Parts: sequence; structure tokens; C-alpha cells
Amino acid sequence: MAVGLLAVAAAGVAVGLHPPIAPLSALPRAFDPGLVAQGESLAHIGNCVGCHTADGGRPFAGGRALSTPFGTVFATNITPHPETGIGLWSREAFGRAMREGVDRNGDHLYPAFPYDHFTRASDGDLDALYAFIMTRSPMQAATPANQMEEPFGFRPLIALWNLLYLEKGPLPEDQSKPAEWNRGRELVEGLAHCGSCHTPRNALGGQQRDRAFDGAWIEGWYAPPLNAKSRAVQPWTVDELFAYLRSGLSKTHAAAAGPMGRVTRALAQAREDEVRAMSVYLASLMADAPAARAAPHAKENAVDSTHAEAAALFAGACAVCHESGAPMMLEGRPPLAWGTPLHESASHNTIQVVLHGLRPPAGRSGPTMPAFADTLSDRQIADIVAYLRARYTDKPPWPDLAQSVAQIRRERGE
Amino acid sequence: MITLTVNGTTHQVQAEPDTPLLYVLRNDLALNGAKFGCGLGQCGACTVMVDDKPVFSCLLPIAALSDRKVRTIESLGTPDKPGALPAAFEAEQAAQCGYCIAGMIMRAQALLERNNRPTEAELRAHLAPNLCRCGTHMRILRAVRRAAAAMGGGVRDAAEARL
Repeated sequence: MAVGLLAVAAAGVAVGLHPPIAPLSALPRAFDPGLVAQGESLAHIGNCVGCHTADGGRPFAGGRALSTPFGTVFATNITPHPETGIGLWSREAFGRAMREGVDRNGDHLYPAFPYDHFTRASDGDLDALYAFIMTRSPMQAATPANQMEEPFGFRPLIALWNLLYLEKGPLPEDQSKPAEWNRGRELVEGLAHCGSCHTPRNALGGQQRDRAFDGAWIEGWYAPPLNAKSRAVQPWTVDELFAYLRSGLSKTHAAAAGPMGRVTRALAQAREDEVRAMSVYLASLMADAPAARAAPHAKENAVDSTHAEAAALFAGACAVCHESGAPMMLEGRPPLAWGTPLHESASHNTIQVVLHGLRPPAGRSGPTMPAFADTLSDRQIADIVAYLRARYTDKPPWPDLAQSVAQIRRERGE
Repeated sequence: MITLTVNGTTHQVQAEPDTPLLYVLRNDLALNGAKFGCGLGQCGACTVMVDDKPVFSCLLPIAALSDRKVRTIESLGTPDKPGALPAAFEAEQAAQCGYCIAGMIMRAQALLERNNRPTEAELRAHLAPNLCRCGTHMRILRAVRRAAAAMGGGVRDAAEARL
């Protein structure tokens, strides 16, 4: 066993040797303003601040803890600070990190940094992103040391991971498809790294390419399928995707919640034509989903007396917004029957929204819903969720709802 | 008939199970401190405590209460003998129109009972769900800090100490 590990490690060292790239002598500042603006849009598409900013911290200054099955990785400071950031990184060093996951010194970065997606970015996009990053304010902020489980603290092992899971470089253009589709694919598969959440991973954390966009778990939420497996009731058209990605609300599906809420708030600040191109590509991935092929069904079912108590709770706590004819519904919100979470095989997203509601951050607008975690017991939330499933879907009841509510509360430290 | 325990007293109330707690408090029990603001769980004027948690009473059907204990601002003293929070709100003149204040006080009460030495960030995050359209937030924060001190604690890094 030990010999085997040593051999693996030696092989890892052999394939994983990368020379340092010389530091710059001064921070590069002379960039075309148009290139910087394009880089800013791309930084929103990649939601760089989402990971590279600690709670209450300066944007891009790093320090956020990302927990993985292999240990806790701290997002680095990517402001152009010469000592604690990437201020001395040349464009070549930046490009190598984005395409190969190797830092300026030649050390491997952990794949929590999604270079397996960023590798798809074009040279032009990397030029723009580099120009944007290097013109931010340098922030002095040392990144805390990672806390990895053994043996994952040994970075050369990542070279093996890269052999298995890193397919380097941009995808060749698909000549049979329009330019907008190709651009959308470049962004979705690359800088937007949608698959990081929506594609399942194997035991080593590699993306399962044969199950691309099949849906996966992230931070206690289920990131739904973005392909023919989508359980959406209404079709995801280009226009609906565009509205959802830009505003966090689709009037025929649902509001963005959980990690996706943060993504839509970033995309709201990206260039419209870029988000539209992403929508074109994503819509093509879901072109064979049931909702795209069949007439939408939004029928409601009569519920029996076993749901009487939940019906009273719904009437007193939910109906004032969600019942047809409620003021919110008259503003064009999706009926609950169209809400994809109610149709998924897992109840978690529905429970998460009931427990914690939706609240845009201070100063930002977006879909809003009060949290019921302090108002209703596990049993009551389970009963309401069972009632919603029975009334608004044709799917079988979810099992063990009260346990799921308790588990989600525990995971959130409540 | 539904049995409710409010401010330590048990009441028998004739009301439908889906009736919001706020309506029962105001219409049946004549406890008019909690206010109807939006009726949608967006503003917090109706905030009361259930057990030890602050809740929007406009969105809490009485069927959900069973044997949980409700507390309203009327439980925090009288005009002659106000509790720590009402006294602090008066001392800081934290009310302008006053419509949000009962809810603000009950939300703050829940925090200070659990932790009377919150950080300024904890205090602000805790009060965030409750809105004040007059803009008296800075006075409200001062009042809660004053009450925390009166309750033997204090806000650890009060924003004003840094100004």
C-alpha cells in the first residue's frame, strides 16, 4: 500500500513539475478601457467575487473557506497586491492558472478553483479578465492556509487528477451552429462554470462528463438538470432563461434561490448580449426536456382530508401571496404548480425556501419571501410541503419529510 | 374553540384555524401593540415572540401555535413601569410615527434574551427583517444598545464608538 502510494506520488511529481514564471517588476496598469470593461462583464459571468470574497470582506481579496470532501480550501486574494495577491503575475502566469490550474510559482491549485471549466476560455477573454483584475485596487490580505485531509495536502497528487479530469483548452467551434450558440457554449462551459454545480462529480471530485448537466448537490441544495432530464413544467425558452439569469425570476418557473440567487445577482451586472448567448446555448441543452415536447400542465389536484391541517396552515401562512388572485400573483409570479422544485425527486429545495425564504442582500432588489424557520415546526413544514406536492404535482409523495427538514436545519446550524 | 397562551394567560378563542395570530391578538384579545403593516411578512410591524423566537404574526395561523407561548409588547411592562427596551426606546426618542416600534422592540427582545452582548453586525443582521419607513434606524440601534447595557450586557463594538 505504502509502496503503491509512493509510486503514485512519484508519478504525480513527474507529470506535475511546472517551472515558476518570473514575477513582473511592476504592476501592469496600461490597459485599454474597453478591454477592462469586457473583463468586468466576464468577472460577473464567472462570479469571481462569489468565492474570492470573505463575508464582509473586500471584493476579490479572498479568505472565504470552501469546504470540500477533501478538506477546507481558502479562496485566494486575486487583487493585484504584489505580496498577498497576484500583482506580479504576468499574463502568461494568469493564463496558466486559468487553463492548467498551476500558480505563478509552479504549484498546483486545488480544483475547488474550477480551472477544469476556465480552461475553455478564449485567449481574448483571458486578456480581458486579466486587464480587469490587474486594474482593481490592491488589497493586502494573506490567504489562510488550507486545511486538507491526508493525503490531499500533497499537491503533486493534483497532477494525477488533472491527467484524469482536465481536458485542456478551448472547444473547437461547431460550424453547424450559429455564432451566438458557440459564444454561449464557450461561456457556459468555460468562465460561467455552470457544470461545477449542475454536473455530478465522482468520488475524486471529477466532473462526470457522461452525465453533464444531469443535476447535482451543492450546499444542501439540488442544482437541477440543465438538459433533457429537466423536470421543468414550462419550457425553458431563450427568453425565459435570459429573464431568469438576469433578474433571478422567471414568471413561468420560479425564483432563483440559494447558491443560484448569488449567480443571478452577478449575471445581472454582465453584458446583456453575453447572457443572451448563454441562454441560447442552455435552451438548446434542454430542447429535448419533457416540457419542451409536451403541452404544459398546470392543473391542480383536489386534496383529501388527510391534508386538512396543512391546508389551514397554507391558507394562513402562504395563500396571501401564492393563491391565485393574490396581489403578488397579479404581478406575474409563477403559480406553484409551475415551480420546478415541487416536481423534483428530492424535497430539499422546497424545504430550503420555506425554512429560509428569499431575501436579497441589503441594497439589492430581487424576489423576496419571508422565512418560516422560526414560525413553523419541522412537522408543520413537512405537512405543508406534502400538501404542496399533492395539490400542485402529479408526482408521488416525498418520503421522510420531517427528517429532511430537521437535517437541513442541522446543516445550517439551527 | 382554540386555546392560546398569550403573555402568560390562557385564552379560549372562537376563530377559524387559518386565522392569523395578529387578528386574534388585536380583534379578540384587545392587544393592539402589534400592528398590521403589509400583511405579507415583509415589514415586521406585526412581530411578536413565540416561545423564544421573533415571528411575523400576520403570517402565523393560530392552528400552528398548539401549546407554544406567545408574548407581545404588552408583556414588557407598563407606561409607568416600562421594561428595559421600551424605556430605552423612550429615552432615545426612537419612535417617529411609531408604527414599526412594537415589532422592532419584540425582535430586539428576542435577541437580547438570547445574547445581551451581541456585536454590532449581529445586532444589525438580527433587526434587518423589520422595516422603518421614517428612517429612525440609527435611533433604534442606539435604543437597543442602551437596553443591552441596562440588561447587564452591551453591544461589543457599537458602531458609534468607531465614528
